Amino acid sequence: MDYLYFAIKRLLQAVLVMLVISLIGFSIQDNLGDPLRELVGQSVSENEREAMRDRMGLNDPFLTQYGRFMYKAVQGDLGNSYFFKKPALEVIAAKFPATLELVIGATLLIIFFAVPLGVYCAINPKGWFSKFIMAFSIVGISVPVFLTAIFLIYVFAVELGWMPSFGRGDTSDLLGWNSGFLTVDGLVHLVLPSISLASIMMPLFIRLIRSEMMEILEMDYIKFAWAKGLVPVRVWFLHAFKNTLLPVITVGGVQVGTMLAYTILTESVFQWPGMGFLFLEAVNRVDTPLIIAYIIVVGLIFVVTNTFVDLLYTWVNPTVKLVGSR
Amino acid sequence: MALLDVKDLEVEFPLGRKTLKALHGISFSLNKGERIGIVGESGAGKSVAAFSILNLLSKPGRISAGEVIFENQDISKLNRDQMRHIRGNRISMIFQDPMMTLNPVLTIGTQMTECLKAHRAISKEEARQISISKLRDVMIPSPENRMDSYPHELSGGMRQRVVIAIALLTDPSIIVADEPTTALDVTIQAEIMALMLELCANNNVGLILITHDLAVVSQVTERIIVMYAGRIVEEGQTQDVITNPKHPYTRGLIKALPQENSPGARLNQIRGSMPALDAIPAGCSFNPRCDFADEQCHKDIPQLTGPKTHTAACIHIDRIPAFQSTGGLT
Ligand SMILES: Nc1ncnc2c1ncn2[C@@H]1O[C@H](COP(=O)(O)OP(=O)(O)O)[C@@H](O)[C@H]1O
Ligand SMILES: [Mg+2]
Repeated sequence: MDYLYFAIKRLLQAVLVMLVISLIGFSIQDNLGDPLRELVGQSVSENEREAMRDRMGLNDPFLTQYGRFMYKAVQGDLGNSYFFKKPALEVIAAKFPATLELVIGATLLIIFFAVPLGVYCAINPKGWFSKFIMAFSIVGISVPVFLTAIFLIYVFAVELGWMPSFGRGDTSDLLGWNSGFLTVDGLVHLVLPSISLASIMMPLFIRLIRSEMMEILEMDYIKFAWAKGLVPVRVWFLHAFKNTLLPVITVGGVQVGTMLAYTILTESVFQWPGMGFLFLEAVNRVDTPLIIAYIIVVGLIFVVTNTFVDLLYTWVNPTVKLVGSR
Repeated sequence: MALLDVKDLEVEFPLGRKTLKALHGISFSLNKGERIGIVGESGAGKSVAAFSILNLLSKPGRISAGEVIFENQDISKLNRDQMRHIRGNRISMIFQDPMMTLNPVLTIGTQMTECLKAHRAISKEEARQISISKLRDVMIPSPENRMDSYPHELSGGMRQRVVIAIALLTDPSIIVADEPTTALDVTIQAEIMALMLELCANNNVGLILITHDLAVVSQVTERIIVMYAGRIVEEGQTQDVITNPKHPYTRGLIKALPQENSPGARLNQIRGSMPALDAIPAGCSFNPRCDFADEQCHKDIPQLTGPKTHTAACIHIDRIPAFQSTGGLT
């Protein structure tokens, strides 16, 4: 019951955040460029323009316009892209699979490398391998993502010729989803972009897992687990890691959102046909409806992942105090 | 032959350039089914002594000399895997704070059965049944339901009962309890202590009870070891030590007990405080706080002397006046 109460409260918060994001999105539409300039040529006179503005409701009070914007938005209508002459949401939806697959690829890399490396460094903090990983991760944090990407392209695509340097490769249809996961070519194309996207978060996660786990390993209940004569694997991976996971999930959830922002850079270097690449093009073309739709979609993904992580965290952690519950 | 024989045990903490000694060669033994108490003020080295028995010192502590002979084997030299079969199986531990001892994300049942499964080839169901029966032994109501509880759903006293049940799971021959009631509510301290006494006595389990409370050890143990600044300063039969303490430090501890003072009066605390590891005075470590200290006490480190049943480490034992107790402990 308490959990349900907490969940409802958390969902209401999420809706509130989405309202703020929509307001920001709408203000951009209000201030960025003149929609008429995009629609009509230079030849139209100022009087005609004013009449058109009236007809389109551009002279209405702010709140009226915002209300109209929201009314359409909740129905999935975020306006038409000036460039594509199609609903903005439709344009973004077509690019969404590419970005999501890139994020999934990077996330899998992070899970498969950061967890064992972080745990290893926590268990053997003084070993030479741990010190190497730690030193390497400092370098990793300070290298900008586009440098990593260019370096990867230079070594593996240009010099060695093992990997393609741009695009998504062959894609196939997976239940109406345009996926690169099912073809070898698609997977090969995914490797370098995923590595460069993962490279930003990887050092952070290794360090986070290491420091959280080292703290946990000093706790009394870990000492007690040793005193019970359990095998080391159980002490490390059940008793310690399960407690390490909780703070890592919280930070991790936020970072998935941040990773979406970094897809803009990764996608543009690799000319990856995803949402981030699309967004950069939209900015260049001052395609306002598309820019707004992107901001709202990314905001929505961010809010949804964070809400989900919070609900999950509370679910997994039996000791968490449900704020607001009696 | 004693069940456990600790010989000249030294423990040190290498901290940067300095290495600090926490135990300066302590020796004691425990017979089968015997209950001994280790007392002393905070910082005396009681916990270090307790954890060094199972080689569970927190970093960077290490045993630098001496032996821990258990069942004719020096267990301080065992590797981690060999030691694993002693820990929680032949020798169990109970920690000070039950709020911190149990893993917050695992159920009581998991934390009990895993201990049995680590030491015996038994099925899940058997492990569960043994766990439930041990929970019953420590008088936890409806133990079947408690198996699925998480630690935070239990009170401090209940949690310490669970910890005691875990310590008893494998029928060990020794339990080392480091201040098992200190963190508990005063009203349930006596209850838990009585339970431990009963369970150890009935099952013939040896007990090393660590506490800073002389009143507690006097009720539970057969022998007392008094520690000060990493050394044993007095050891003997419980009755002898509390009725006729020889060392000025032991006398000070007894005089400071509330039971020895008239109600409302200020407690007779020993002046000064336990030295830090890097500030232990030369000669007898207790000399700055001692009423009988003279020049010799600043030079010589006293050795334990006297009949085997009651020894003390003070060079002036014969000179200091007989102890007058107000009888608070007896
Ligand atoms: N991990 C550690 N690192 C450094 N010093 C320690 C450590 N653990 C204990 N000590 C020192 O050893 C001495 C004895 O501590 P302890 O055995 O915990 O005392 P107590 O008798 O109160 O249980 C104290 O001076 C304490 O500061
Ligand atoms: Mg202690």
